Amino acid sequence: MLARPGPDAGEVAWDNYLHLRDNPAGVTEELWQHDGGCGSWLVVTRDTVSHVISKVEMAADVKRAMQAAS
Amino acid sequence: MRVASKGLIDRSKPVHFSFDGRTYRGFAGDTVASALLANGVTLMGRSFKYHRPRGVMTAGSEEPNALITTGTGARREPNVRATVQEIYDGLVTRSQNAWPSLDVDVMAVNDLAAPFLGAGFYYKTFMWPKRFWEAIYEPVIRKTAGLGALSGESNPDTYERAYAFCDLLVIGAGPTGLMAALTAARAGADVILVDEDSVMGGRLNAESEAVGHQSGALWAAGIVAELAAMDNVRLMPRTTVTGAYDGGMFGALERVNQHTSKRGGGAPLEAFWRISAKHSILAAGALERPVAFQNNDRPGIMTAGAVRAYLNRWGVAPGRRVAVFGNNDDAHRTARDLMAAGVHVVALIDSRAEAEIEGFDGQVITGAVVCNTGGRKALESITVRSEAGEEALQVDCLAVSGGWNPTVHLTCYMNGRPTWREDIQSFVPPPGAIPNMTVAGACNGVFSTHGCLSDGVDAGTAALKALGKKAVAVEVPVAEDADYALVPLWAVAGKGRAWLDFQNDVSVKDIKQAAVENFRSVEHMKRYTTQGMATDQGKNSNVAALAILADATGRGMPETGTTTFRPPYSPVAIAAMGAGAQGHGFAPERHTTSHKRTVERGAPMIEAGLWYRPSYFPKAGETTWRQSCDREVGYVRKAVGVCDVSTLGKIDIQGPDAGKLLDFVYTNMFSTLKVGRVRYGLMLREDGMVMDDGTTARLGEHHFVMTTTTAAAGNVMRHLEFVTQCLHPEWAVSFTSVTEQWAQFAVAGPKARELLNGLLDKEIDNDNWPFMACGDVSIGGVAGRLFRISFSGEHAYEVAVPSRFGAALFDELVKRAEALGGGPYGMEALNVLRIEKGFITHAEIEGRATASDVGMGRMISVKKDCIGKAMAARPGLVDAERPQLIGLKPVSAEGEMTAGAHLFEREAEAVRVNAKGHVSSVGYSPELGRMIGLGFFAAGPTRMGEVVRLVDHLRGVETEVEICHPVFVDPEGERARG
Repeated sequence: MLARPGPDAGEVAWDNYLHLRDNPAGVTEELWQHDGGCGSWLVVTRDTVSHVISKVEMAADVKRAMQAAS
Repeated sequence: MRVASKGLIDRSKPVHFSFDGRTYRGFAGDTVASALLANGVTLMGRSFKYHRPRGVMTAGSEEPNALITTGTGARREPNVRATVQEIYDGLVTRSQNAWPSLDVDVMAVNDLAAPFLGAGFYYKTFMWPKRFWEAIYEPVIRKTAGLGALSGESNPDTYERAYAFCDLLVIGAGPTGLMAALTAARAGADVILVDEDSVMGGRLNAESEAVGHQSGALWAAGIVAELAAMDNVRLMPRTTVTGAYDGGMFGALERVNQHTSKRGGGAPLEAFWRISAKHSILAAGALERPVAFQNNDRPGIMTAGAVRAYLNRWGVAPGRRVAVFGNNDDAHRTARDLMAAGVHVVALIDSRAEAEIEGFDGQVITGAVVCNTGGRKALESITVRSEAGEEALQVDCLAVSGGWNPTVHLTCYMNGRPTWREDIQSFVPPPGAIPNMTVAGACNGVFSTHGCLSDGVDAGTAALKALGKKAVAVEVPVAEDADYALVPLWAVAGKGRAWLDFQNDVSVKDIKQAAVENFRSVEHMKRYTTQGMATDQGKNSNVAALAILADATGRGMPETGTTTFRPPYSPVAIAAMGAGAQGHGFAPERHTTSHKRTVERGAPMIEAGLWYRPSYFPKAGETTWRQSCDREVGYVRKAVGVCDVSTLGKIDIQGPDAGKLLDFVYTNMFSTLKVGRVRYGLMLREDGMVMDDGTTARLGEHHFVMTTTTAAAGNVMRHLEFVTQCLHPEWAVSFTSVTEQWAQFAVAGPKARELLNGLLDKEIDNDNWPFMACGDVSIGGVAGRLFRISFSGEHAYEVAVPSRFGAALFDELVKRAEALGGGPYGMEALNVLRIEKGFITHAEIEGRATASDVGMGRMISVKKDCIGKAMAARPGLVDAERPQLIGLKPVSAEGEMTAGAHLFEREAEAVRVNAKGHVSSVGYSPELGRMIGLGFFAAGPTRMGEVVRLVDHLRGVETEVEICHPVFVDPEGERARG
């Protein structure tokens, strides 16, 4: 969700970005929003089997790191 | 009848209550069940399906039979367990599921029809004809098979939601739970100890064995007193932990005042708790299981443990001539206790030929079973079968024990599957089923008192270690440490019906029938027979039913498995879970600054999201809403109307990159907008569908105010937050919602400027304030904003002031409008005005419409990227045959149109596959003198002037309508610019 394709990336890239999601039984990364509070978007690492949350980061920080790396 | 000198009841405090209209006397400390038994009442209910007479079977919340209704009128509460409900003076209780009375229940004919009503009879019998199900079968079944009924009146009682936090939550205050809580509390941990009973102590209150040098009950009372005196301990009696959830969260129901006549006055009837615990100990104990044999459901037959509980805790002998029947040593205690209390024990029957019986010198029959019983509304006799043959014994009470099942329920709520233990012939929780939970005592398969006490200490010590606290030594008192020995006995062979699930009337035969019909999986058997699906969730019958299924299918217990337990552990009233959410508490209400004045004018309010907006402002002499609406439309078209539009979302956007953000979220260009100008914008979702629309004003080089529709304000805010945090955190832009900070009013109509010029501190004209201009104004010294925008197509403005001036400005605007021949208008008129102009709302942009569907395809700028642009170009979304926005008017002036109707070609049959479009909005246009509408039609813009058929199957409307341009009034837009 954070790596938005460019306007000319093509159907496959857009389809993948918009519609295709892995649904693992285990650890997965999700985007959450603190909707009832400060409005922050968060990248939450959660185990879908145990519901244990192992990591929470500010989405803006994650995106900035992605931008710096590219 | 009462037994002298036994029990924990207070005989100095008599309590009077009624059951089925008769008054009975009990004592403080009695439950309805114990008090009725003390009065010789054994018939307490009728069974669910066959209306068989039933008495109390247990002494706890697992009770399947003795369900009663308490209270009267609106306070009536059905399906209360007589074994849980404590008596108080004036308590009114009634039996259920019997007509005309518990004693003479005509529906008992069902019992004679039993051969036709076995497992699966619903599925087999009531299939044809199909329409009979709703009309006849279901209502009749509902009436004859059932539980208690609600009053149907609004619930006058108060309930509460409450929250608690602790280091350690101990669930169950029997020997295990008490020792665990004591161990943790003495070491300084914050402890919450919860028990569903009114008196803590669990089985210790129901047994005669000593703990240390005193009775178990006294010992428990001493520990409870010590815990109660500690600041770090909270004791919660009468509280049932109903569920275990993620992150150490538990749900719990506290019956705050169910045991008193107190209602209202601040204290709730019940409180639903959310308890957050760092660690938890499950010490929920075990439930005794009966044995299935023919006619094992007569009033007077109960579990052996329940008989001991009535005797030792409540001082009640459930019969004068009692027999005890079991497959384990534990049942012997019942015979011993009864004999010691002077109750006549007719026989102790043990199914094990080698059983050794100590401390009981009455008649013992080993290697024998009870195979049938006699009596109708009460037990009169039992038939004992042994190698010597069958023998009848005259008894009025039979205590039965088939062994004990650990109360594993809570450990199954997060996918835990209990494991079978051959030695105790029962299921125990798997380790780690609930994170940070220790399972201890009887619910972990430890059945001796001493074992439970020391297991409690171990669990408390383990919890302290997990919490990082140092344990202090706790001494385990001396207590009974007998081995628990049993030989499995689930059902006694024989003819006739042997009951398993008493609450749903499921017999051994039904389980076998399910297996024969190939419903061999436990989940299939459960649903086919309904075993375990009553409100006791099979607490008394599950393990036995599984054993019989395992036997019938030739599998072992581990392969057969179990069904899944789900919360709540015992029933919870919705009123308790939704406490505070009745009436005005149901949802927050958002009121505009003009709300009070609007209501005073008699305007009916309609909900728009959480907001309340006026539908119309009725005037004397008007009898229909249409009259008011037409008049208000006239204000705007001919004079001037005033409407509160504060509910529209307003987002203040500032920063050097504000233009970039707007260019990215809107399809059209905003960075080029001049300061002091407003532009209409269309916003897409990333999948190319229209998300919202609205105007955005540029107040400064780096300062914009965006408006959204009322309904989508929250979504748009989230969307902007997503874009600026997840996609472009590098942009220098900030924004915040200012919806509630500004009161904003539309002033619309040919006399709008005339009205404003009397009010603004500085006059405006068409040159300094042309169409789509905006800027700061002063209104009586108050700094406000003026936007020349129009949602009616008329010469119109929106004027905004800080909210604290909203009410005053509304009054002033309305007064001036009325002086000019206008007045306030509501949502109905606003809707007609916008339909006449073809302006869209969420009736049109309902999530499936693209920009080109609503005629705005060209608003997607080719000069830049924007959210939704790539996907909006997908072939399916640019198909010329897609339904597109059109106007609609009936061919005949009287023609009726309805929103939601489908559109068909004139000659086509009006069936789904032929639908070419639908109607999204309709209204009566006073200007055109007929109904008009907006809708979508396949390739609609190429069909102008053609006549099609409108069909509303639901409301029976069929009208010939003409497709027309969606702008009905002033198509050139001259009026807004004038």
